[in-house]
Amino acid sequence: MASNDTNLTTRPSVAVHAPGTTVSGADSADSSVMQLRDVSVYYGSYEAVRGTTMPIQQNQVTAMIGPSGCGKSTVLRALNRMNDPIPGARVSGDVLFHGQDLYAKDIDPIQVRRRIGMVFQKPNPFPKSIYDNVAYGLRINGIKGRLDDHVEEALTKAALWDEVKDKLRKSALALSGGQQQRLCIARTIAVKPEVILMDEPCSALDPIATAKIEDLIFELTNDYTIVIVTHNMQQAARVSHYTAFFTAEVDEAQERHGRLVEFSQTGKLFTNPADKRTEDYITGRFG
Amino acid sequence: MTLTNNPPATKPTLTQRGSSALGDRVFSWWTLGTGLLVLAILGLILITTVREAWPAFDAMGLRFITERVWDPNPATGDAVFGALSFAYGTAVSSLIALLFAVPVSVGIALFLTELAPRRLRGPAVTVIDLLAAVPSVVFGLWGILVVAPALVPIYQWMHDLLGGIPLLGRLFGPVASGRNFMTAGLILAIMVTPIITSITREVFSTVPRADKDAALALGATRWEMIRGAVFPHSFGGVVGAVMLGLGRAMGETIAVALVIGGATNITANLFAPGNSMAAVIVQQFGESTGTFTAALIGLGVVLFAMTVLVNLLAQVVVRRAEARMKGSVA
Repeated sequence: MASNDTNLTTRPSVAVHAPGTTVSGADSADSSVMQLRDVSVYYGSYEAVRGTTMPIQQNQVTAMIGPSGCGKSTVLRALNRMNDPIPGARVSGDVLFHGQDLYAKDIDPIQVRRRIGMVFQKPNPFPKSIYDNVAYGLRINGIKGRLDDHVEEALTKAALWDEVKDKLRKSALALSGGQQQRLCIARTIAVKPEVILMDEPCSALDPIATAKIEDLIFELTNDYTIVIVTHNMQQAARVSHYTAFFTAEVDEAQERHGRLVEFSQTGKLFTNPADKRTEDYITGRFG
Repeated sequence: MTLTNNPPATKPTLTQRGSSALGDRVFSWWTLGTGLLVLAILGLILITTVREAWPAFDAMGLRFITERVWDPNPATGDAVFGALSFAYGTAVSSLIALLFAVPVSVGIALFLTELAPRRLRGPAVTVIDLLAAVPSVVFGLWGILVVAPALVPIYQWMHDLLGGIPLLGRLFGPVASGRNFMTAGLILAIMVTPIITSITREVFSTVPRADKDAALALGATRWEMIRGAVFPHSFGGVVGAVMLGLGRAMGETIAVALVIGGATNITANLFAPGNSMAAVIVQQFGESTGTFTAALIGLGVVLFAMTVLVNLLAQVVVRRAEARMKGSVA
């Protein structure tokens, strides 16, 4: 926790109370940094994901897998309130971060996202220079003065520095897809979040670029907690410590709802799944 | 299609392709034709106006654009036609218009794309577009009958308050009437706001959701998101919208003619009456003959040149700014 505390001081005052003021009990036993308790996500009256309960372990990679439409991305976006801008989106249940409900009334979503960052499916660098892409997050987090060191550090951590150090003023859009995605990761880690959410970060990339990102994910667990959504089971098996398997079920009213089927250590889930549906999915009989 | 051009019917695919190729050819000729037509019309306008204005250009030489006196019927000597005062009036009134219209338009456009509840967007857009449908003479009459008199006390107050400041105070000189550069600029601002708003709104709405999400995921506030994701993406388009508004402001005739005061005047005082090129043309064309007519057409040529120049300048600005903001490509 020490590293997290120092991170906090570089940031403007945070609306979330000091970690552990409202203790949830359950999650302090293990090393979970986040805890989902009976989380459902709604779009209007439609319940997209139903009753998800799972922990997110500190400095580990948690993968969310499942067929299309099973709600894994929806759950991911609920973890840093990225569903907020979507009209009609609503979350029930508790999304706890250090025991604090992120959907409590006094929580500022801006502060939440500063501590829980996100990398998206399609690389989405800003139409700015490489340097400014990384510096943007630093600037809005109130870090003034010379940002060169911060920018270099973030790019180095994202394994991109050597490739871009001579063209920092060039447009980020001139980079390859894989480089753009690593730039997006650099941009995210520059603001020193505790948790990084990744929404299918490799789905738009070729195998070589994918391998680089996967190596990077492994490196990043030294400093960060990572949650990754992927439709690629091999990827989940390669990079994650824990895996959550989601599927879509059709209820009595013929409505589809995403649902968490099984959560366990990745090795166990892929070799000895507890649920028949998980087994069907990972053996390729379904999905 | 003629069969003679094609190989025998043993290759049916070729004959099918023929008809679609015809479609392509027609399309390319049509688009090329219309494209060239625009250029031709522009060229012809330039040639005819310059030719019609030639007697005035010939008589005045370069003084046509450097001379501030405009005297078609002097008591003694030759008529003097100098466009400078009116060019100044056009520039000042248009600049005032932009000064007020741009922040307002960008604000409205941002509100409509980023803040307004969905239910409100449609009606708000309709109201703003309706503003664009009001004929300019209506704006002019409203300006001369309502706005100008109503503004006199405010102008007077500003003069009393700010007139004493060195240098800056010269902008807020004595108020003769409500018809002056300032009123013309304000009326123009109202007229160009719908255009700038509706185009900037379109531009803002093309900013990809992914870019906005990227900013929000870094913990950006709404305003930081707008600065970081929306503005860099839309800078060129917004400048384009402003240029279109500026073009309208510079070319606006009747509304300006009614409220600008009708004086041949170059002064820093925004509360002084002046005149603009387009307004002078409409005021004086009916009573003009010979070189006088030529001089009025010459004003049109100068206005045309000014508009083209401003647009070229804007393109340079956009290219520079985008290179700086987005980083150079490759």
